[in-house]
Amino acid sequence: MAYMDHAATTPMLSEAIEAYVAAARDVGNASSLHAPGRRARRTVEESRERIAAALGARPSEVIFTGSGTESDNLAVKGIHWARRDRAAGRNRVIASAVEHHAVLDSVRWLEEHEGADVTWLEVDAQGRVPVEALRSALDGAGDQVTVVTAMWANNEVGTLQPVAALAALAAEAGVPYHTDAVQAVGQVPVDFAASGAAALSISGHKLGGPTGVGALLLGRDVPCTPLLHGGGQERDVRSGTLDVPAIAAFAIAVEAAVKTQEETAGRLSALRDDLVSRVRQAVPDVVYNGDPADRLPGNAHLSFPGCEGDALLLLLDAQDIACSTGSACSAGVAQPSHVLLAMGADDDRARSSLRFTLGHTSTGADVDALVAALPGAVERARRAAQRS
Amino acid sequence: MSGGVDSAVAAARAADAGHDVTGVHLALARNPQTYRSGARGCCTLEDARDARRAADVIGIPFYVWDLADRFHEDVVDDFVAEYAAGRTPNPCLRCNEKIKFAAVLDRAVALGFDAVVTGHHARLGADGLLRRSVDLAKDQSYVLAVLRRDQLDRSIFPLGDSTKAQVRAEAAERGLAVAEKPDSHDICFIADGDTRRFLAERLGEAPGDIVDARTGAVLGAHSGAYAYTVGQRRGLALREPAPDGRPRYVLSITPVSNTVTVGSAEMLDVSEVAADRPVWTGGPEPDGPIECEVQLRAHGEVVPATVEVAGGRMLASLRRPARGVAAGQALVAYRPDPAGDVVLGSATIGTRD
Ligand SMILES: Cc1ncc(COP(=O)(O)O)c(C=O)c1O
Repeated sequence: MAYMDHAATTPMLSEAIEAYVAAARDVGNASSLHAPGRRARRTVEESRERIAAALGARPSEVIFTGSGTESDNLAVKGIHWARRDRAAGRNRVIASAVEHHAVLDSVRWLEEHEGADVTWLEVDAQGRVPVEALRSALDGAGDQVTVVTAMWANNEVGTLQPVAALAALAAEAGVPYHTDAVQAVGQVPVDFAASGAAALSISGHKLGGPTGVGALLLGRDVPCTPLLHGGGQERDVRSGTLDVPAIAAFAIAVEAAVKTQEETAGRLSALRDDLVSRVRQAVPDVVYNGDPADRLPGNAHLSFPGCEGDALLLLLDAQDIACSTGSACSAGVAQPSHVLLAMGADDDRARSSLRFTLGHTSTGADVDALVAALPGAVERARRAAQRS
Repeated sequence: MSGGVDSAVAAARAADAGHDVTGVHLALARNPQTYRSGARGCCTLEDARDARRAADVIGIPFYVWDLADRFHEDVVDDFVAEYAAGRTPNPCLRCNEKIKFAAVLDRAVALGFDAVVTGHHARLGADGLLRRSVDLAKDQSYVLAVLRRDQLDRSIFPLGDSTKAQVRAEAAERGLAVAEKPDSHDICFIADGDTRRFLAERLGEAPGDIVDARTGAVLGAHSGAYAYTVGQRRGLALREPAPDGRPRYVLSITPVSNTVTVGSAEMLDVSEVAADRPVWTGGPEPDGPIECEVQLRAHGEVVPATVEVAGGRMLASLRRPARGVAAGQALVAYRPDPAGDVVLGSATIGTRD
């Protein structure tokens, strides 16, 4: 099996599994006052400190959540609500057009159900938000904006955003800047303080930790209205009994991913470049989407003219190669990716794309398997597309 | 895999037989919410989920293929156009002809698959002949008879030797949760089952006369001839009863004059049926009259007949008159056979002239 879908989820690191199992054998609610509770709390707080240290944040800035999706929802809705309610006439969200659905649909929801005004930041052909686009969106209107959100690295095409420049512009205008760094941690250097962001989302299962745990790094002075009300466990911004084993494993994984980031990036980008050049040889008219250099090291996003991504995926799956069309499904029917469309691709190119994402278990043998299977699959997929 | 019990068991049997099987669910609705909801349908999100779940239990890959546009053009638009032309189409038959054993099959073959397996109740054995299912009540050979030889050659119907009850029992044994799912009946793309309203929304009101076949007298009015089918008795709202007090039936629909013609039950009787675009799969096209049986609508009665080809049409002389023969339906010729009646050929019944 050649697993080339690490952006969907990546195998847990063995040290994370061990941390998980060790904590899962213990009893204790981190909010309890007795000894088992204290033990659990200690695990949680050590994990918080680990994550903070690895990502350039203060421990008090780490808010544990149940997923990257929850972190994104909390940041976008929470900051919007809190700042909208603090100043009359402040009701605008600025968001990039290439966000993950966790951000995209949160913004759309605010627009449709909460009457928010939205400015979508268009991207260039590589999928990058031009810094000028944010400058003009904020120009003279900063006091009407509740939050700016633009991701660190795009989950489909892998393009990195100019986070520091965007954050600086937002800061100048006095607007909190949120960035979804779910795909970035462990792949590229991520430092919360240095980035200038007010809020940053991460997720466990994209970096070798468990699924169902995430965190929002949230500056101490950034107002944020909770999504979940209850025990107030996380700074009163997020309620719910903390998942101690998941948090322990998450922290170990973040620490390991960050520690090995440089080496991982070097290894994966070499492997990825090899993949792209060999696919180019096999299928000369392939289109390499996104920024060829300034992108996630493990990401190769390719369009195969005349093919449907769906058909290619089926054919590669039948040969034990796991990849993704990278786009969201609606009732199982692939929709053309909003990211590709925002980059100016037409429907056909958007539908003809596949995403291959490499990770810590990827090897040259995976690339060999792909390169062996691809030409036949492309030929068949082209034939199928001509018939329909 | 529709999400129903038949296609789930068919897929499981094909996999057991050693085929390399991939489950495919067809997304046929442009907007899945607009089609029939609940357990009755075949195109809802819930059905897609049921199909996926069955594929997972069987242990085969599963994909959704979006054929909504093709389905709309070839089946739904055709359905409306046929009614507008005064005929009574069978959309399941059209879906088999244009979608399942055409668009889907073509795509599958291009992708490297050898055949399409479906959960239709019909037999297709090594001799290549299409036969009725052992379960005559569930037999679907009528809606498959439209398939050409090249289509049948790439089709597998694993359920033809089983009754529906056996299929359900097997589904339960295999742990397929769809075992108890009720059969889908009506037309999948008409959400509330109200065909008349569905057509009215698409064809608009077109008031016209209901006339007496014998006298030509205007007996009533209709707001759209497409709302009537040959043999229909209810809902005519005629101004006065027939002089003999006996019920009257729709005999024919004439789009040109936008009239619905009614008459007595006897006048519904038809002894000669002409049908267009014949397809012969039970052997070569006959070069003279043959004695066989014909079926003139889905689940309709079977009538002995003499069938021949003339001027490219299939002509059937019925040994006893049939009623409710509607243009647009299929005329299917069968050869009685103890091993399952064999489909000889099929053609589309033309307008009565
Ligand atoms: C950029 C990005 N944001 C958010 C998420 C959602 O994270 P989670 O799966 O933890 O909810 C993902 C995962 O697909 C992602 O790639």
